[in-house]
Order: sequence, then C-alpha cells, then structure tokens
Amino acid sequence: MNFWRKVIAITWKDALSEMRTREIIFSVLVFTLLVIVIFNFAFGTSQEVIVLVAPGSLWVTFAFAGVLSLNRAFIPEKEQGCLEGLMACPISREIIYVGKVVSSLLFMLIIEAIALPIFAFLFNLPMLSLQVITITVLTTVGFVAVGTLFSALAVNTKAREMVLPILFLPIVVPIIIGAVEASGLALAGESWASFSSWLGIIVAFDAIFLVASFLVFAFVVEE
Amino acid sequence: MARKILLWLTLVLMMIALYMVFVYVPTEKEMGIVQRIFYLMVPAGWLAMLSFTIVFLGSILYLVKRVDKWDIIARSSSELGIVFTTMALIVGPIWAKPIWGVWWDWGTPRLPATLILWFIYLAYFMVRSFAAEESRGARFAAVVGIVGFVDIPIIALSNTLWQREQFQHPGALVFQGGLDPKMTLTLMVSIFAFTALYCLLLLLRVSLRNAEIEIRDLKELSD
Repeated sequence: MNFWRKVIAITWKDALSEMRTREIIFSVLVFTLLVIVIFNFAFGTSQEVIVLVAPGSLWVTFAFAGVLSLNRAFIPEKEQGCLEGLMACPISREIIYVGKVVSSLLFMLIIEAIALPIFAFLFNLPMLSLQVITITVLTTVGFVAVGTLFSALAVNTKAREMVLPILFLPIVVPIIIGAVEASGLALAGESWASFSSWLGIIVAFDAIFLVASFLVFAFVVEE
Repeated sequence: MARKILLWLTLVLMMIALYMVFVYVPTEKEMGIVQRIFYLMVPAGWLAMLSFTIVFLGSILYLVKRVDKWDIIARSSSELGIVFTTMALIVGPIWAKPIWGVWWDWGTPRLPATLILWFIYLAYFMVRSFAAEESRGARFAAVVGIVGFVDIPIIALSNTLWQREQFQHPGALVFQGGLDPKMTLTLMVSIFAFTALYCLLLLLRVSLRNAEIEIRDLKELSD
C-alpha cells in the first residue's frame, strides 16, 4: 500500500507539471497528427492501399510519438535539477521507475485516445473497436516499460535525445511486429482467437520488460 | 603459456577445418559448391550467440559485484560478438543469392532477427561512448547488455510467427539430423575451431584492455 502511495505521489507530480506546462501531450499530439497526414500522402488515397498500410502506419506513428514523449520524461527533471531531488527522497529507485512508468503511460494513453479516433476518421477505418483498443493499451505498456528505462539512461549521456531512439527502436521490434499483425487482423474483422498468439507476444514482452527494467533501473540513475 | 597453447590449438584446428571444408566433405548435390559457406556461416552464428551470452553474464556480474574485470570481459566479448554477427550477416547473403536468387529475405526469421541483434549491440557501443565518465558508460552498457539479451528470445519468437514461408532456411535441417555424417563431422570441427578462435581472441582482447588501463593509470600518475 505504502509503495503505491509513493508511486502515485510521483505520478501526481508529473501530471501537475504537465498540466501547467502542457509540454508533452500537446506537442506530441500535434506531431502524431502530422505523421498521420504525411503517411496519407506517402501511400496514396485508394481505400485498398489504406487498409493494407494502416496498421503499419499506426504503429510507426505511435512508436515515434513514444520516442518523443518518453524523451521528455526525464529531460525536464535533469534541466531543473529535479532528478537530484528525486534521488534524495527517502524512496527506493524502483518507486521512481514505477511512478515514471505510470505517468508516461497516462500521457501516452491520452495522446492515443485522441489520435485513434482521428486516425479512424481520416483513414475511414473501424479503429475504435475493443480489439484495437486492447492491442493499443497493451502495446503502450510495453513501449513505456522499455522507454522509461532508456529515457533515464539517455538523459545521463552527452548525446541525450539521440540515444533513446537508437536504444528503444531495436528493442521494441518484437512488440511492434505483434501490434501491427494483431491490429491488421482486428481491422480485417477477424476474431480474437485469430491474433491471440500475437497478443501473447505483446503480453509476454510487457511482463518481461516491466520486470527487467524494474530490476536494472537503479543502475541507470545512480550517480 | 595458456595463451600459447590456445594459439597453437586454434591454428591446428583451423587448418583441419579448412582441409575438411574444402577437401574432405562431399559437395552437396543440389546447391553445389556454394553450400560449403555453411561451415563458416553456422560457426559465425553460434559465436554471435555465445559472445552475447558472455556479455549478458559479464554485465550481470559487473552490476552486482562492481569489479572492473567483468566489464572488461563483457566489453571484449561484445566486440567479438559484433564482428561475428557482421560476418554472419555478410556470409549469409552470399549463400542466399545463388540459392534463393535474392540477397535478403525478410520473411525468413533468422535474417531480420540477426539484423536486430546487430543493431542492439551497436547501441551497446554507442551508449558506452556517449557516457561522460567511463564507469558510467560501463554501467549503461551493462544495462543494455542485459536488456538486449533478454529481448533475443522474443525477437526470435515474433519473427518466427511473422515469417512468410517463401524460402527454405537450412537451419532446421541440422537439428532434424538430415545431414550426411561427413557434413556433420565437418560442421562440428569447424564450430570447435571457431570457438577456440573466439577464446583466443577474447583472451587477447582482455589482456590488451588490461594493458591499456595500466598505461592510462601510469600516465595519470606521471601527470
């Protein structure tokens, strides 16, 4: 119980600073919409092509949006010297990790909750089914689990923003494959059973990387 | 002394392996002479896996024990790992072009999985060089070494599920025992020779690294 109270305190701090600065959600959302628009130009307008490329462009968009927003998870902390403050708190490093995961997850889900209907509207596809939403939420958990760890790592290097995508993208390849395939099947109107093995991969990825990142996070933020 | 023995052992084994690959082993009926690349390809793939396993173990031991020795081993092994992965990625397509008619096929799981592996360990090096201090770089690299290795089974699994059977990768054939006894023997000798080479190179790299550190320390003393 005590553990989660501390986690929520960190999440609340992030949510509060986000509400005041509107740094992450607003800018990443605009970026996401721009990527969707550009994909439309890249792949043409015929409905058959759109059906074919929609799952891929959806997940490329969300992966890029993830890189962008996760990069911001630790940069403001570093710039303002808040990270030292967090580290000086009488809480374990793992709590910082979980708190950051929860707040980044929250931001990402808000962005996706706005982007998905717009995606559905612009691409003329049934994106708002329970299936697609489940896939989106589960995949986002995986993105955030890995991304938070690497974001904390990246902010402590000289190259900062450059480091996160280089680390993040190869590691999340399996979950992106899973998400693209599963949402492709879901959009084609297939049943849950048809993509259950993909969902299995996504859930396994989430579980493995939540645990692995939880365990090694302390080594990343240590001074 | 041990190094001398290992050097001679590697040399003799390599000579035997070369003799077996080019003279002893019969030419494969359908693929012809190109099939002999197989005896180079399999050891390269095996050493890639072996070296990244050593990186994984070395990284864990370094993070737990904080002894530089483990970081030096992990780092040296990662350098060899990327060399052998690169070798597999070069030699594989040379085999594939005459057999499949294409250099590269995304639908064959081993190819994209190896490529992603290569990218992950590239990030391992970049993280190290981007860190401000060496000890921090070692810590970050260890984190990437652990997380990257944990990712390998999921990458393999997702790529296997994702495959579109277009070409036949001969990997499965080896495990099904569909290989001529002479070919199996040649493969085994070749794998053994390359493993000895790996041990020798690792030993040399570690002692080189130790010498580098010693020189650096001496220079710092004289300043």
